[in-house]
Amino acid sequence: MKKLLVYLKDYKKETVLAPLFKMLEAGFELFVPLVMAAVIDHGIADADIPYVLRMGLLLVLLGLIGLTCSITAQYFAAKAAVGFSTKLKHALFKHIQTLSFSEMDMLGTSTMITRMTSDANQVQNGVNMVLRLFLRSPFIVFGAMIMAFTIDVKAAFIFVITIPLLSVVVFGIMMITMPLYKKVQAGLDKILGKTRENLTGVRVIRAFHKEKQETEEFEQGNAELTHRQLFVGKLSALTNPVTFVVVNAATIALIYTGAVRVDTGYITQGEVVALVNYMSQILIELVKLANLIITITKALACANRIESVFEIQSCMEWKENTGREKAGISTAGEAPCAVEFDHVCLTYRGAGAESLSDIHFRAEKGQTIGIIGGTGSGKSSLVHLIPRFYDVTAGSVKIDGIDVKDYAMEELREKVGMVMQKAVLFQGTIRENLAWGKPDASEEEMNSALEISQAKEFVDAKPGGLDERIAQGGKNLSGGQRQRLTIARAVVGRPEILILDDSASALDYATDARLRKAIREMEGNATVFIVSQRTSSIQHADQIIVLEDGKIAGIGRHEELLENCEVYKEIHYSQA
Amino acid sequence: MEKARGKQKETIKKVLHYIKKYWLYLAVSIIAAAVTVAFTLYLPILTGYAIDLIIAKGLVDFAGILAILKKMAVVILITAFAQWIMNVCNNKMAYCIVQDIRNEAFRKIGILPLKYIDGHSYGEIVSRVIADVDQFSDGLLMGFTQFFTGVITILGTLGFMLSINVGITVVVVIITPLSFLVASFIARKTFTMFKLQSETRGEQTAFIDEMIGNQKVVQAFSHEDESLEKFDEINDRLQAASLKAIFFSSITNPSTRFVNNLVYAGVAITGAVLAIRGGISVGQLSCFLSYANQYTKPFNEISGVVTELQNALACASRIFDLIEQEPQVPEPENAVVLREVDGTVALHDVSFSYVPEKKLIQHFNLAVKPGQRIAIVGPTGCGKTTIINLLMRFYDVDEGAICVSGHDIREVTRKSLRESYGMVLQETWLKTGTIRENIIMGKPDATNEEVIAAAKASHAHSFIKRLPNGYDTVITEDGGNLSQGQKQLLCIARVMLCLPPMLILDEATSSIDTRTEIKIQQAFATMMKGRTSFIVAHRLSTIKEADVILVMKDGNIIEQGNHETLLAMGGFYANLYQSQFAKV
Repeated sequence: MKKLLVYLKDYKKETVLAPLFKMLEAGFELFVPLVMAAVIDHGIADADIPYVLRMGLLLVLLGLIGLTCSITAQYFAAKAAVGFSTKLKHALFKHIQTLSFSEMDMLGTSTMITRMTSDANQVQNGVNMVLRLFLRSPFIVFGAMIMAFTIDVKAAFIFVITIPLLSVVVFGIMMITMPLYKKVQAGLDKILGKTRENLTGVRVIRAFHKEKQETEEFEQGNAELTHRQLFVGKLSALTNPVTFVVVNAATIALIYTGAVRVDTGYITQGEVVALVNYMSQILIELVKLANLIITITKALACANRIESVFEIQSCMEWKENTGREKAGISTAGEAPCAVEFDHVCLTYRGAGAESLSDIHFRAEKGQTIGIIGGTGSGKSSLVHLIPRFYDVTAGSVKIDGIDVKDYAMEELREKVGMVMQKAVLFQGTIRENLAWGKPDASEEEMNSALEISQAKEFVDAKPGGLDERIAQGGKNLSGGQRQRLTIARAVVGRPEILILDDSASALDYATDARLRKAIREMEGNATVFIVSQRTSSIQHADQIIVLEDGKIAGIGRHEELLENCEVYKEIHYSQA
Repeated sequence: MEKARGKQKETIKKVLHYIKKYWLYLAVSIIAAAVTVAFTLYLPILTGYAIDLIIAKGLVDFAGILAILKKMAVVILITAFAQWIMNVCNNKMAYCIVQDIRNEAFRKIGILPLKYIDGHSYGEIVSRVIADVDQFSDGLLMGFTQFFTGVITILGTLGFMLSINVGITVVVVIITPLSFLVASFIARKTFTMFKLQSETRGEQTAFIDEMIGNQKVVQAFSHEDESLEKFDEINDRLQAASLKAIFFSSITNPSTRFVNNLVYAGVAITGAVLAIRGGISVGQLSCFLSYANQYTKPFNEISGVVTELQNALACASRIFDLIEQEPQVPEPENAVVLREVDGTVALHDVSFSYVPEKKLIQHFNLAVKPGQRIAIVGPTGCGKTTIINLLMRFYDVDEGAICVSGHDIREVTRKSLRESYGMVLQETWLKTGTIRENIIMGKPDATNEEVIAAAKASHAHSFIKRLPNGYDTVITEDGGNLSQGQKQLLCIARVMLCLPPMLILDEATSSIDTRTEIKIQQAFATMMKGRTSFIVAHRLSTIKEADVILVMKDGNIIEQGNHETLLAMGGFYANLYQSQFAKV
């Protein structure tokens, strides 16, 4: 939590003023029993009606001042809390964007989304409540005790005993029940998982007529959950009655002590009433405080989770200077090839074994490189190294003769156009999506990109054409249409290196073939990497790299590989 | 409006139905609540009496005070006990009702027609069973406790106050509704602000979901600055909207507290004046003052409880909507139990569509002889699974009939029909549990040897053996710790163990590497020997060997025949086939 407090920095004034005004309000509230004591001891005892009226007006006035203070406090608290969470979310969003693929794989995107949304909200709520109440409640509790001291020291000692006792009861029960509530949550998660599983597997469960057994298992988990809930419920149900007993026992003691003190002439009847009133104020505030602490614990847990995201630092450092400056020096000798892998190894963080070992090859400018291999053989890992999504653990990847680590991020990613396996589009028009590849792309450039990606026909058929809206996640398009648009997006910037990571899987053979032809004929002499499961998609490539278990099992043209690469042969014939 | 209210009434009726079972707890709870409230209200009176006995120096009636204090102690203990009983009863009721409702909802999921499950997102149904039920129980619990005690407190206080003094009571009754008015005025004013806030928040969540969820793409296109800019724009709007909503709604508390203070001052003035005139005693005044505090509190709480209850009812109606869904067509009483299935399947004049507006299969006929292989081919998304849905009777045909061994499948028990098929789907689904538990799904009493034999036959044994705990390795939800191919092999082993007379197989997706696929193919081949099989086919080798090929496009079966006859027809299939060899 501490580290997150920097986001309150710009709201110092509000952060101080909010609790201050809240305390002022509480202070005025503490005067009320004293005023009443005065009414009883002077107004009623002396039958002084004007005095009573004056005191009544004073009560209204105290209320008014309290109202003003309180509203001011609420405003400052809301402003600070909302401002805090806005800044926090901004920083978090920015931070998450700097994380590299390794960190994202480790965290998982859904976790990060939760941190940014519900966790951030909880923290905002927590800050707001703390600013409003955290000082107020203890202030009233201790203030009431101090006021009691001003009335009568001996009677005030009852407060000194009661307050710690109450704290022990309220917080003790909370400490005991909190871990139990975690168990309840675990039980709930279990039946949630069961429900989910029964929906995703409904066909299999019915095919094996397991409905009954599943229901029994669910009911068992459900019964266990109820059992836990009842147990913890019984404990926390104690809070109210026990505090009630403690406070009222203290009231009895107070009345008795008061009686003794009045009898000996130390205090008056009105002052006894004031003491009793202070006691009931404490009770009300303690209940509020207990609720507040639950909110705060929740908020703290969320804050810690957010903080742990901030603590994750990207393991990748980017150069500020551009590779181009260096290019002048290194191109002096032989003409560099477009992409060069120099004995590259890659081990993902936390993984036990290498995902790529000793990958060594050169791709000349304008070549088409096919990459093929089984699931988990390292095809995607290999192409992910070209735009430096991950850093190699040994060896180096060079583009135009320069190590990818020596490029500025923008420059490198501009050079490399990547079409990923999962066809992701963003909410907005088709035009806006294509502009991701080149922000200032002209109409012609977009149309030509659509033609290359074989998307022109269906885009033109849409009523809005390029301005047709794409729903979130591209739900209003078919899988094949989405894939073609993601290809167009990568092509529109005319990258020097184009990578298609199994991104034509939803296309039929004929469209796939037309697409490959168009890419080959694209002007600009791009170097193209095609990752595929099908030999038919890559058999015309200039070089085919066959991967198995992260190692190169063969490099060459289709015909060569059919001659001398067992793995390639096997793949090819399994598909015929 | 009328309709909504009618529906609410309906929902309340159903809720009451669930409560009925726990009427004893309800009764005890009501009695305990009444005792709690009455005694809580009685305490200030006793305090008042005691104070009246403490007049001034030397004028203190100790004997009287002690008697009152003893009475107070008893009252306090009884109240605390009653309060605890009430809480426990309410908990018991709320949690047990939730348990009942959840069980019922889950049982319903077991008999819902697939149409409903396919038509709703899993998340939505799960949230009904879990989140909605939780909200409902929270609302119910709060409703029971606060609404009920609140109302009793108001009535009780009024009664006690009237019994002491009518004048002051009138003052209290006149001023209190002010706090109600203030609260509802603010709530009305802030409603639009809250709406704006939640709309903006939704927009932001959607944006985060999109950008962080697809961060790899964002980074690949160096789009971080643009998306941060857009994020900030939404964030700033949210800040403005939240500040307004939070601040204005937070005025409610101080405002109602101010009204409470007015009531307090009113009671103080009238009470003191009355006391001077001898109408009431100082003790009674102190009693009134504490009532003035107590009396206004439930009013504020009740307005909160009403929204809570309404919310709970809304949740309840969503749950009931699920529970009351029409279940799948029940089996006829004289349903036949299929025995000795020979593998004859006949589709007579079958018509089917998911929605009436979009006709799919029409007047389709097919006769399958025992041991034949039927391949279903067509482009992705052409509705190949529709056939599986009909054969397994996950959906019923609209017209015509499907017969297995001469029996209309609507006249046989679902259990025996589904037992006659072995099904391996493309979406490999495994349940949370051990590998063994997953394999024996179709034959719970299988011996260890049988399990291993099945795993060996499906080429799964070698990888299972290498797992940390072998056959007892626990699979996490949806098989997260296994590869796609391994999951598929397990699904095959599951069918291999019971080997029913007919098979429904969905061939592997492209995401499985070709060598694992060869293993899967081999396993499929072993299973298919001598069995009627329906195969959603992706591989030419499978298709060529099939006895009948069904070619599907856009949900319709457009061609039917074997490989040679279809090629000769020169239609869609011929095109599809030739495109694979097109020189590119």
